[in-house]
Amino acid sequence: MSILISKDTRFIIQGITGREAVNLTRENLDYGSQIVGGVTPGRAGRDVYGVPVYDCVRDVVAAHGQVEGSVVSVPPRFTKDAVFEALENGIKLIVVVTENIPRREVAQMVELAGLRGARIIGPNCLGMISPGEAKMGGVGGPAANTEQAYTKGNIGVMSRSGGMTTEIASTLTAAGLGQSTCVSIGGDAIIGTSYAELMPLYEADPETHAIAIYSEPGGRMEAELAEWIQANNSRLPIVAFMAGRFMDEMKGMRFGHAGTIVEGKEDTTAEKIKRMEAAGISVAERIEEIPALLRARLQEA
Amino acid sequence: MAGVFIDVKVSAEIAGDADIARKLEEVCPVGIFAAKEAGVEIVDDNLDECTLCDLCLEAAPKGSVEIVKLYEA
Amino acid sequence: MRFYEYEAKALFRKHRLPLGGGEVVNSAEAARAAFEKIGGPVVLKSQVLSGGRMKAGAVKFADTADEAAAHFDAILPIVVKGEKARSILMEEKSPVDQEYFVAITWDGRAKQPVLVFSDMGGIDIEEVAEKHPDHVSKTHFSSILPLTPRIAKEAIGATGVQGSALNRLTPIVFELMNIFLEYDLTLAEINPLARLESGQFIVLDGHIDMEAEARGEHKALLEELGIGEDETRQARPPTEFELAGARVNAVDHRGVAGNVVEFDGNLGLVIGAGGGSLTLFDAVRKHGGKPANYCEIGGNPSVGKAKELTKLILSKPGVEKIAVMMNVVSNTRVDIVARGVVKGCLEAGKDPAETIAIFRIPGAWEEEGFKILEKYGVEYCDRSVSMYDAAGRAVAKMA
Repeated sequence: MSILISKDTRFIIQGITGREAVNLTRENLDYGSQIVGGVTPGRAGRDVYGVPVYDCVRDVVAAHGQVEGSVVSVPPRFTKDAVFEALENGIKLIVVVTENIPRREVAQMVELAGLRGARIIGPNCLGMISPGEAKMGGVGGPAANTEQAYTKGNIGVMSRSGGMTTEIASTLTAAGLGQSTCVSIGGDAIIGTSYAELMPLYEADPETHAIAIYSEPGGRMEAELAEWIQANNSRLPIVAFMAGRFMDEMKGMRFGHAGTIVEGKEDTTAEKIKRMEAAGISVAERIEEIPALLRARLQEA
Repeated sequence: MAGVFIDVKVSAEIAGDADIARKLEEVCPVGIFAAKEAGVEIVDDNLDECTLCDLCLEAAPKGSVEIVKLYEA
Repeated sequence: MRFYEYEAKALFRKHRLPLGGGEVVNSAEAARAAFEKIGGPVVLKSQVLSGGRMKAGAVKFADTADEAAAHFDAILPIVVKGEKARSILMEEKSPVDQEYFVAITWDGRAKQPVLVFSDMGGIDIEEVAEKHPDHVSKTHFSSILPLTPRIAKEAIGATGVQGSALNRLTPIVFELMNIFLEYDLTLAEINPLARLESGQFIVLDGHIDMEAEARGEHKALLEELGIGEDETRQARPPTEFELAGARVNAVDHRGVAGNVVEFDGNLGLVIGAGGGSLTLFDAVRKHGGKPANYCEIGGNPSVGKAKELTKLILSKPGVEKIAVMMNVVSNTRVDIVARGVVKGCLEAGKDPAETIAIFRIPGAWEEEGFKILEKYGVEYCDRSVSMYDAAGRAVAKMA
C-alpha cells in the first residue's frame, strides 16, 4: 500500500504541450504511471508520447471517464483557472507544479478545493511518488534516475523542497530503507497540503512505519505538525532534517523558496527544532544521520 | 567562438541543402544550426549549449551530421 | 516587497482612506516651506523600510518652521538598523483621543486572510494580545466569496467597540480588506488608526507589503508610486554584486542561476537548488568555512548562465576557490552545470582544477558530467559522498 497514488491512479496533465510538461509526461509514463489524457487549449487532436491532447478537462473526462488526478503545469497567470477547471470537473487530487503564483490565487484554489472535497499538493512542488508503483509530477526525473534514488519500503517522506525529496530518498535507499510514498509538498507560504494534513493518511497506511521530513525556516507548519502528533497520539516515529539554520540571524531576508523567510520568532529554525523535539520528533543535523535515527526510533517502537 | 565541449560537423553533401538546413534549424532546441541561403551554418556561440538530444541526427540523413564531444578526445 | 510609509499612504489616499495633511520633503528649505503650508504643529518622520525609527530618534515634532528645518537636518543622517533615510515625511500633528490597530495578513495554516483588529493601537500588538486578549480580534475571511462590510463590523465589534466609532471604523477597515486582496498584499496595516479629539478618524501610520510574485500584475500602481523594477525592497537594499547576479539570471529564460546574496567570506559557492542551497550553506558554515555568497541554481539553466554566474562569483575580491554542489538532481543536468562552471573558470583565466574546490552534483547525466570534470582534473564526487562531507572537503582546501 501507499498513500495518495498507486499504479491504478488515472490522471491527466494540464498544460501537457509545455516544455517541462512534455518531459514529465514521458518520465511518468516510463515509470509506469497511467496518464489518460492531456489538456492544452487550442491543441486538441495532438498527442504527446501517445497521450491524447484535448482543449478542456471536460473533454478528457467525456472521452475517458472520470479521472482521479491532474498534474497542473501551466504558466503562473493561468494556473488558478486550470485548477478551478480540474475541480469543477470532479478531479479530487491536483498536483500544482507551477511556481511564482501569488498567495491570493493559491488561497483561492485551496478554498475551492475544500468546498469540492478535493486535495491540492503544491504549488511549487515536484509532485509525489509511491516507489515501484507510480509517480505524479517531476519528482526523481527520468525513470532510470528515479529508480536509482527511490525504492519501495516503509518510510514516508514529506519535503518542502523537491530536490531534497530525492536527496533524502536516495540516502534512505543507500542505507537499505525503502519508501512508501514521498511527497514534495511545495515551498510556498500557502500550500494545499501541509505535513500535518498528510499525517492522517500515513497513519492509516499499514505499509508506512516511520516518517522523514525536510524542513526549513518560515511559516508555522512544523508547529502544526507537532500539535497534530501530540493531539492524535501518532504511532509513527518522525525524523526531521532542518535546513537554513543560518537564516535565524537574517530576519526579513528571503532565501530558497517563496515561503522561506524568517519574519518573527516562531518561524526560526531554533524555535521549530524546539517545538518538534518537544513533540518527540528526532531532529537530524545532517541528511546522512536520518537512516540511523529512523532505525533507532523503529527499534524503540 | 568555437565550442569548448562540443563540436558539430556537417558533411559536405548536405551542407548546401536548404531543406535540410531548415529542418536542422527547426529541431535544435538551442539554436546551433542557422538556415542560410547557401545552406546550413553552425552558430559557434551556441555549440556548448548542446543537450545531446540527437534530434539533429534524426533530422538529417544518417551519418551526415556528427556531434563531437571534445572532452572525450 | 515593502512600501515606504509615504507610498503606503499614497495608496490609501487613492482609495479615499482618511489621512491628515502632509508632504514628503528632501531639504531643510522644503521642510520650512511645508511647515508654512501645513500651518501648525507637525511631525517629521524618517522614511525607512525597517521598524524602530522612533527608538532611533528619527521621528520628531516641531512647532515652528525653524524647528522643522532643524529637525530635518537632524533626522536625515540617522541610520535606522543599517538603513539610510530615503526622505522625510512631514505631516500635521493632530490631538489624538484614541488609537486603534488594524492589520490584514495571510494565515498559512488557515490558508485564508486574517483580519486583526484592536482598540488598543499604537503599541506592540503581540503584547496587547498577550495582556488584553479581549481587546484583540482575529477574523479569517474567504478569498473567493464576495467581500462584505459585515466581516469588518464583526471584527471591530468583537473588541467591544460600539456606537458611532463602530460605524465610522467599519468602512475604513472594509476598504483596507479590499486593498489587501486587490493588490496581492502580504501585509496591509494601519497602526495607529486614530480618533482625533475632533471625532474624525485618520490613518496616522501604515505598512504595506506586496507579494514579489505579483509585481507584474500591479505594474501600473508601482509606476504610479515610483517604485523601480530593480528595487527588491527586502530587509536590506541589494548590493552591486547581487544586482549583477540578477542580471546573470535574466540572460535567458532557461532555469535559474541567481538569487545571489553577498557575504564577506572567501569561498565562492555555486550551489542549488532551493532546499539544497540552504542545506549546503549551513554545512559550509558548520565546517568553519566562510562563504563569499549564497546562490541558487536549478530548473536546468543554460551553460551560458552557469558560466556567467561562475565568472561573477570569481570576480568578487578575495574569492580564490568555488565549491560547486547540489542535492541529487533530476531535471537540472550534471553535465550542463559542469560545462558552465568549467567554462566560467577558463574565461576568468583560471585553472578549473585549482579553482573548483569540489564538484558534488549527482544525478541526471552524471556520467557525462564526470567525464568533463575528469578531463579538466576537477575533484568531484557522486551521491556516496554526503552534501555535508562534500562541503567539508571544500572548506579543508581553503586552509
